[in-house]
Amino acid sequence: MIRFILGKLLYLVPTFIGVTIVAFGFVRVLPGDPVLLMAGERGITPERYQQLMQQLGYDQPVWRQYLEFLGRLFQGDLGESLVTKSPVLSEFLTLFPATVELALCAILLATLIGIPAGVLAAVKRGSWFDQVSMGTALIGYSMPIFWWGLLLIILFSGVLGWTPVSGRISLLFFFPEVTGFMLIDSLLSGQDGAFGSAVAHLILPTIVLATIPLAVIARQTRSAMLEVLGEDYVRTARAKGLPWRRVVGIHALRNAMIPVVTTIGLQIGVLMAGAILTETIFSWPGIGKWMVDSIFRRDYPAVQGGLLMVAAIVMAVNLIVDLLYGLINPRIRHV
Amino acid sequence: MTATPDLANKPPAGTRRQMLAEFWFYFSQNRGAVIGLWVTVALILVALAAPLLAPHAPSMQYRDAFLVPPFWQEGGSTRFLLGTDAIGRDILSRLIYGSRYSLFIGSVVVSIALVGGIVIGLIAGFFGGWVDAVIMRVMDVILAFPSLLLALVLVAVLGPGLTNAMIAIALVLQPHFARLTRAAVMAEKNREYVVASQVAGAGRLRLMFRTILPNCLAPLIVQGTLSFSNAILDAAALGFLGMGAQPPTPEWGTMLAEAREFILRAWWVVTFPGLAILITVLAINLMGDGLRDALDPKLKRS
Repeated sequence: MIRFILGKLLYLVPTFIGVTIVAFGFVRVLPGDPVLLMAGERGITPERYQQLMQQLGYDQPVWRQYLEFLGRLFQGDLGESLVTKSPVLSEFLTLFPATVELALCAILLATLIGIPAGVLAAVKRGSWFDQVSMGTALIGYSMPIFWWGLLLIILFSGVLGWTPVSGRISLLFFFPEVTGFMLIDSLLSGQDGAFGSAVAHLILPTIVLATIPLAVIARQTRSAMLEVLGEDYVRTARAKGLPWRRVVGIHALRNAMIPVVTTIGLQIGVLMAGAILTETIFSWPGIGKWMVDSIFRRDYPAVQGGLLMVAAIVMAVNLIVDLLYGLINPRIRHV
Repeated sequence: MTATPDLANKPPAGTRRQMLAEFWFYFSQNRGAVIGLWVTVALILVALAAPLLAPHAPSMQYRDAFLVPPFWQEGGSTRFLLGTDAIGRDILSRLIYGSRYSLFIGSVVVSIALVGGIVIGLIAGFFGGWVDAVIMRVMDVILAFPSLLLALVLVAVLGPGLTNAMIAIALVLQPHFARLTRAAVMAEKNREYVVASQVAGAGRLRLMFRTILPNCLAPLIVQGTLSFSNAILDAAALGFLGMGAQPPTPEWGTMLAEAREFILRAWWVVTFPGLAILITVLAINLMGDGLRDALDPKLKRS
């Protein structure tokens, strides 16, 4: 098992180096001067130009810049934001919990609805439930989620007035950040209604972000389940007189879950892409919105750092999924 | 099964017709797929006949008709069936012209990604060794980034606009094709028919493109359909974020971006462009599901 883990880790090294090259290189492959590009249409004074050139190290040869970039990276230094002047890493870490909270709620919602729906659809193959749920899943899978978010805002915030339109919590509440997770912090604060407000702010973004993973998980669960239900051991279990419920719930589900776990893990990339749109629509102060804002502000150190961190997180989660897969499916370990 | 495509590079005409008939038999059993096919055909016709169908010019601004609601709502008129936007443009006409952009985006992106992915995957799978290792690690790097994020950054670097958006999306979708092609080539390249062809003196290029490739097409076609809808969604998302097609282009995502500030005042400005995206993507995905079922021999037997 240790060899398996080490092998997987080793396999990631070249990919990670590639990721750093992409993050490092994207400003530098541009035709033209990166500093002028950052300045944009506003222009820049010659002194400020020199200062930026030096500060960003552009007066050095590219390979040297890259090595220094790597060196700083291993010390946890992702550079400074051009706009806020604070370290990119600390900005990222401040905003990260907001995205994690949203993403966790979304994946939880997607799993809790998606797996039972998929199992039921497979067991009752061809029934109206199967057709309706799989039709809905395909619609969810085809959904432009930015539009879906706007529709929900029109309905629930505009017409019904049930939920707030943006942010993580009402401005009436103010309390110190402990965990960075609003649901927990609002409970810890002990203020009346704070938790309710946090939940109300979280509902619509969670639904929007969960839509595509939910559709994917439901479809994947159904097809994995169908495959397993056709296997001989299921027929055997059935033949020896076990109740159907037990066959489905224990014999079939356990094996059907193997590909589903992988699918859930692979949704992390989908979630990060979805977070960009969801957070923009709901003004959710997380990584997705920060990346979009940084891109528009031409804050390239922030974009660079963000790209790197997001890719690292996606890779780490995929690694964990790979390892989990080896754990629940011992056959794969020896391949 | 009657047709075994492995037997020869070029099946005789009769076999080919039989294969097509068999394919259509399985495809047409899937009701959703057939509906998706018809909707897609209708969309293509709408896109082609846009100037004939659209009641107004897509960028014509009617100064006397700002934010007119659809005809069935109070204040609406049949002059603007689906209402007008904030600067008095007919939404129905813009949607009709927008179908051209979506289908164009999908076709261009899938063509670039497909051709690029096939060539890269063929090279990796056929040559193996370090060529394969390097190529696949590069693909891994692209896949390590969430596709929309990478496309967004690429477009920010290349400059906002439809062309750059399409290039960026093609680039992030391409590794899927490369991986599929590579896997298929690896599975096929030691089969008897390939070795036979090699012994008969076929060159590398012929082996790659005429002998092996035709037998790897099924998964690529399915992936192509899925990528078509992904391309439309991603392009619309980029347009929505202000990084894709630029106003006044009647691209659906760009229309949504322009409509955002009116969501609580004029629901129709927001609802219809998104609905158009959803219907298009849904139709193509339905078709993709049908294609997968019809082309996957594993499912056929069951």
